[in-house]
Amino acid sequence: MLDPVQSVAEKSPILEMRGISKSFGAVKALSDVSFTVNEGEIHALVGENGAGKSTLMKVLSGVYPAGSYEGSILFGGEERHFRDINDSEKLGIIIIHQELALIPLMSIAENIFLASAPSKFGVIDQDERYRRTKALLAKVGLHSEVPETLITNLGVGKQQLVEIAKALSKDVRLLILDEPTASLNETDSAALLELLKEFRRNGITSIMISHKLNEITEVADRITVLRDGRTVGTLDCHEGAVDEDEIVRRMVDRDLESRYPSRTPKIGDVIFEVENWSVYHPQHSSRQMVKNVSMKARAGEVVGISGLMGAGRTEFAMSVFGRAYGRDITGTVKVHGKAVDTSDVHKAIKAGLAYVTEDRKQLGLILAEDIRKNVSLAHLGGVSTRGVIDDISEMKVAQEFRARMRIRSHNVYQETGKLSGGNQQKVVLSKWLFTGPDILILDEPTRGIDVGAKYEIYSIINELADAGKAVIVISSEMPELIGTCDRIMVMHEGEFVGEVAGEEATQENIMRAIMRRREK
Amino acid sequence: MSTPQEAAVAPKAGTGFWKENLRDYGMLISLVVIVIFFQIATDGILLRPLNVTNIVLQNSYIVIMALGMLMVIVTGHIDLSVGSVAGFIGGLAGLLMVRWGVDIWLAIIACLVVGGMIGGVQGYFVAYFKIPSFIVTLAGMLVFRGFMIAILGSQAIGPFPPIFQKLSSGYVAELISSDGGIYITSFLIGIVLACLLVWQNFRSRSRRLMHQVESEPFGFFVAKNILVFAAVGYVAYLISSHRGLPNVLIIMAVLIVAYGFFTNRTILGRQIYAVGGNARAAELSGIKTTRLVFWTFVNMGVLAALAGLVVAARLNSATPKAGTGFELDVIAACFIGGASAYGGVGKVTGAVIGAFLMGVMNNGMSILGIGIDYQQVIKGLVLLGAVCVDVYNQRR
Repeated sequence: MLDPVQSVAEKSPILEMRGISKSFGAVKALSDVSFTVNEGEIHALVGENGAGKSTLMKVLSGVYPAGSYEGSILFGGEERHFRDINDSEKLGIIIIHQELALIPLMSIAENIFLASAPSKFGVIDQDERYRRTKALLAKVGLHSEVPETLITNLGVGKQQLVEIAKALSKDVRLLILDEPTASLNETDSAALLELLKEFRRNGITSIMISHKLNEITEVADRITVLRDGRTVGTLDCHEGAVDEDEIVRRMVDRDLESRYPSRTPKIGDVIFEVENWSVYHPQHSSRQMVKNVSMKARAGEVVGISGLMGAGRTEFAMSVFGRAYGRDITGTVKVHGKAVDTSDVHKAIKAGLAYVTEDRKQLGLILAEDIRKNVSLAHLGGVSTRGVIDDISEMKVAQEFRARMRIRSHNVYQETGKLSGGNQQKVVLSKWLFTGPDILILDEPTRGIDVGAKYEIYSIINELADAGKAVIVISSEMPELIGTCDRIMVMHEGEFVGEVAGEEATQENIMRAIMRRREK
Repeated sequence: MSTPQEAAVAPKAGTGFWKENLRDYGMLISLVVIVIFFQIATDGILLRPLNVTNIVLQNSYIVIMALGMLMVIVTGHIDLSVGSVAGFIGGLAGLLMVRWGVDIWLAIIACLVVGGMIGGVQGYFVAYFKIPSFIVTLAGMLVFRGFMIAILGSQAIGPFPPIFQKLSSGYVAELISSDGGIYITSFLIGIVLACLLVWQNFRSRSRRLMHQVESEPFGFFVAKNILVFAAVGYVAYLISSHRGLPNVLIIMAVLIVAYGFFTNRTILGRQIYAVGGNARAAELSGIKTTRLVFWTFVNMGVLAALAGLVVAARLNSATPKAGTGFELDVIAACFIGGASAYGGVGKVTGAVIGAFLMGVMNNGMSILGIGIDYQQVIKGLVLLGAVCVDVYNQRR
């Protein structure tokens, strides 16, 4: 075991990323990012969603191979050109992703040694595997579990630890954890942080990506902040205390004016109300995802719902929209002051609701079909007489939306799977506008689309509000909410924990609402 | 149809048009090529009037079931039980009509209703219980084969009443007496049908032009319609120079037109494709996906029952062997006809062409004296080849 004092004192870098730039088409995800990690430290990487953290880690691990980015990577003092993730793993750079990559119906031992089981003549050496698994489980503090246990029988916290054990089986030198505590409860999170500290004592270097600033200030030696694909700076936690506000300020500081079209709100009566809404997880029936919440939206108003990933925003929206998510749903939905039946999606649409999903490829579009058929899908009655579709009027509707939304395509017969993200999003929006809704719920409406298309989407949101509709925008990008919304509600762990009026909204206000709740 | 208008509306319809529609016409071209090949190889026996009538009669039940199977496959499912269900219904018809002497029409209706109920039970497990259709219908295949043998007591029941036999072996009544030569009524029906097809094509094209929608090149359009007219007319001529239009061909034609219309033009038809294309997106667009899947299975059951009746009428007895292996021909017809095993893609015309492609191959190879063994090998390879070509075309 290394002497901790010595290891901190040495401060020799294990990893240096210099001048990293990476573009996707016209979008620059990283520009000239420098990032240095010292041997034996816990280095936190923070920034908003979309700031470039994951991209940077993908560059490091070789998911984006050498040559697809600019800049250089030095690991262990030598310049490296990783072609794929195997190259980086060989040197001991191991990433644990937020979505766990374990196979649920295999045992712990099978999962840990999935790719490289100890074997004799090609036959797996069960005893050796058992012995090694046992040792690894002990290292991560999972003394109570036996190697035969199936992953599916473990809680999320323990699964996370199995992932780490799997990383340790590979002779790890640099462990990268992407939001390791995002889905863990307090106890499990604390245990995981303790484990990281123990690794530090054993000389393993870690990079931790997290939104949980309190955890970061607790364990990190240094903190690097990314914003808009650039390094804002690196804070050293040993040179005086670093407070969370300081980090938040560095994360979010920017000019918002030019990125959002302006609008003078004309707010009318309340047309949409949700009262005492509760939703339970569809599989784990004891897990309450949305906890007895209520909200209102007025005609002509854009209401934002902010919160971290897993706060329950999408679960709330989808359950309201025809119970498309969850079970044991209770509560009332009122449109124009009258309680409406939204027990299935069809009825919700009839009641005047529309929900634009956050996952347009899986849940929004039929990718193999053309623009025309996607636009008419939710309101085929609008282009039909007595159940028979009029292909000419269907085509005209599609052409109208193509022009109005400025969907860039050859014609309306182009497959939606071949459109860019922004244009796909416009097709999904068109589909819902064609249903003529009074209330639109937009879930992450600008996820994964470029700045220009974002501006167009914001303009459409403004138009809709001006047309007297209630628009509810769910977004993880706080500047987006601040730039477009008249009022922002903050959700945390299935509850609304704060509400900020548009003119008072700052990212610090919103973050504080979340943090305050977390510390309770 | 003026040429300047043509030029204005469809300037880029040229090579692009061919590329996009290759898939639609590819199957038809393959069918024509195979027909020509066997016509030559069999020294003209293939397209003799008697043989053409035979091909139609032999494949009628495959075509009828392929219509239902296409929709099942489009929703992303499969039905392996159709052969057993058809056989079971044939047995039931024998039991009702021959043993118990039930009124023919009543018995037919009862059989179709039972078919629908069988489809409903299987559809219930698939749609509402979320059990993979492969498993549910594999079970159904065993169950109904068993039931059939049970009710027949491993004996054939027959013969059926003459009116029922007419379902498969009857021909359209001739209004005008024909003196040994061509059956004029049948021929006229064929010609009228051909005219209707061409008229329909013209109408939809002129509507598209009126609304400035891109359409196929004019020359191609004319050539296509001449070919359609000639082909339908020629088949009508062949069939009417044997014994006239078989009743079952009328049933088949009506069903093809009805299902073609249903899948292409109606809201429900469109929704079926949406379910197969992306079930969750369809559900979030307000489509009642489970209910649709359920009803496609009910529909499949009814069509399997109809096919079972046609087979029974054709054989003039209900035998325990009837329907064996039909499911494979039906499924093959759909896939050869361009349906996707992943759902969401497939056309009624494709499935019908696929069924006839298999039918012509069966018939042609039998005429050539190729043994049943190698017929199977060749059919299997054609199925694999057709799907490979399709997958390759999509990847491009």
